[in-house]
Amino acid sequence: MNRIIKFVILDILKNKVVVVYTFILAALSWSVFALEDNSTKGLLTLLNVVLLIVPLVSVIFSTIYLYNSSEFIELLLSQPVKRSKIWFSLFIGLSLSLLFAFFVGAGIPILIYAPPDVSLMMLVMGIIISTVFVSIAFLGSVFTRDKAKGIGIAILLWLFFALLFDGLLLFLLFQFSDYPIEKVVVFISACNPIDLARIMILLHLDVSAMMGYTGAVFKDYFGSRSGSVVVLLILTVWVFLPYAISLSKFKKKDL
Amino acid sequence: MIRIFYIFLLFFSAFLSQANNVHVGKSQVFSTIKEAIAKSNAGDTIWVHEGIYREGNLVVDKRLILIGKNYPILDGNKKHEVLSVKADFTCVKGFKIQHSGYASLDDPCGIKVYESRGVEITDNILDDNFFGIYIQYGKQCVVKNNRIRAYGVEEQQIGNGIHCWKSDSLLIIGNRIEGHRDGIYFEFVTNSVIWRNRSFNNIRYGLHFMFSNNDAYITNYFKHNGAGVAVMFTKNVKMFNNSFEENWGDAAYGLMLKEISDSYITGNHFLKNTTGIYMEGTNRILAEHNTFQANGWGMKIQASCMDNEIRSNNFIGNTFDVSTNGSTVLNTFNGNYWDKYNGYDLDRNKTGDVPYHPLSVFSVIVEQTPPAMLLFRSFMVDLLDKSEKIAPSLTPDHFVDNQPLLHSLPL
Repeated sequence: MNRIIKFVILDILKNKVVVVYTFILAALSWSVFALEDNSTKGLLTLLNVVLLIVPLVSVIFSTIYLYNSSEFIELLLSQPVKRSKIWFSLFIGLSLSLLFAFFVGAGIPILIYAPPDVSLMMLVMGIIISTVFVSIAFLGSVFTRDKAKGIGIAILLWLFFALLFDGLLLFLLFQFSDYPIEKVVVFISACNPIDLARIMILLHLDVSAMMGYTGAVFKDYFGSRSGSVVVLLILTVWVFLPYAISLSKFKKKDL
Repeated sequence: MIRIFYIFLLFFSAFLSQANNVHVGKSQVFSTIKEAIAKSNAGDTIWVHEGIYREGNLVVDKRLILIGKNYPILDGNKKHEVLSVKADFTCVKGFKIQHSGYASLDDPCGIKVYESRGVEITDNILDDNFFGIYIQYGKQCVVKNNRIRAYGVEEQQIGNGIHCWKSDSLLIIGNRIEGHRDGIYFEFVTNSVIWRNRSFNNIRYGLHFMFSNNDAYITNYFKHNGAGVAVMFTKNVKMFNNSFEENWGDAAYGLMLKEISDSYITGNHFLKNTTGIYMEGTNRILAEHNTFQANGWGMKIQASCMDNEIRSNNFIGNTFDVSTNGSTVLNTFNGNYWDKYNGYDLDRNKTGDVPYHPLSVFSVIVEQTPPAMLLFRSFMVDLLDKSEKIAPSLTPDHFVDNQPLLHSLPL
């Protein structure tokens, strides 16, 4: 298994896309912090990077990589290796390389420039979001053999989680603003890993506003220690559930 | 003849200035303060030496100077008001006053001043009293350098640190108040100054101000009070160089102004409050050279406010700079620095060429539907904000700063 992971990582490094991704993240992060006079503004820019670019790159790169290595997977399957082992090695290899890219590119400047509590939260959320979207890519690509269709699904999923979901939520809020829908909204937003990550970072970034009158909702659900644990649990489910579904599909799949 | 007159004068002046020193303590003439007060004449100085004095309620009914040496402890045994001052020009200095009684009808205090002029209360330590220092119908009294501390948990169970009622020309200087209900409470107090006090961790307000005209509070430090500072139903208040920090919560404001008019707010720092300044029914106020930093809402100006001028302030790193609850705008913003401003300055006069609209559409949305805060900083919301900036529809378009500064003011 270790040898497959090693091979996947080396293959990704040879591919150079992840290296370029690392450099872009690094250039962006360093310049953002160097240009702005207060680190909060830089953090806001990086918040958008974590919430938009990181999931986009993770989901699309993983999907394309999976399709491109379909022949390699077939070759491996002809060897006496378990299917779950191959699938898991691919998952770990992809996740590790993307995490490494995020940590080196964005993580180091964040840790250097931003206040420790916000930077740690942002780092953790960036790492989790990367993994979640690798997992979602696995789910998307196991459904179809068609590469174009697979990439389409990946982009659609990203669009849904990053943009459409919030729009729908906002629409819901406006439509039902006469009703006490706070709990419902909290519950629905827990169904989107990007929203969860955003709220967790927000609790540290805009702490004065979050402790305000809406704070009751936030603090009860997300701000408290048990709330953070619940959020982390949900995000872990987001990492493993799509992967688990894709694995059961992959096991039975006729290649 | 003239010599006799001089002798007479000398004798007479000696008689006039016949102020004795009276000592109270274990090995002194008097062992209780009560006795010493009873036996001394107006104008005497009573020196109280180290020790614990549990004498119930001490009443100073003549002009005395009470000085504690090494902080003698006056203990109210949780039953009595400790020290009642009922004479003009009394001086209380250097005592440790603790454990006053608790009663909601007559408000027992550490030190209470009844209808007196020129009383000075300086350098005392007040610990665990119901009310700390209470001045009622006082004139020209000085409360200076006292350390007042209580351990209140509930609003109903504890009184105020310095409570002033129906008084005039007071000086409240350099006190440190914590753990009371309101740090400093002013009701019907006029022409007074509150200067260099520190008021923090109080259950309700750091400073509570009602019906008190023509007062000034200068260089005070208010931190982490239950609901910040409230100034209500008052005119002609001057607020200079105060700091308002970390007042977090549902109805917590750095500074809450309710029914205030003709006042002047300058040089203050509002740091990390849920709301920096909250204005309601506030008229003709000039707010300039203040710094609003890292607040949830820099200012909340309700639609009931009129003719206020907000100029030359710094708004840095606030979640929302300004918000309001209506569409009428009767206040002016001019020449402030907004860190969210991204206009340009072609003529290089250090003010931006494009007007700045400090009211973001999302702050309006949150005002109407508070749970929308859950979506803050989401990409959708950013898009909404951007489109609103280009074509305002939800936000009143004359809510505007026409001369936004490009660089922050050195405040």
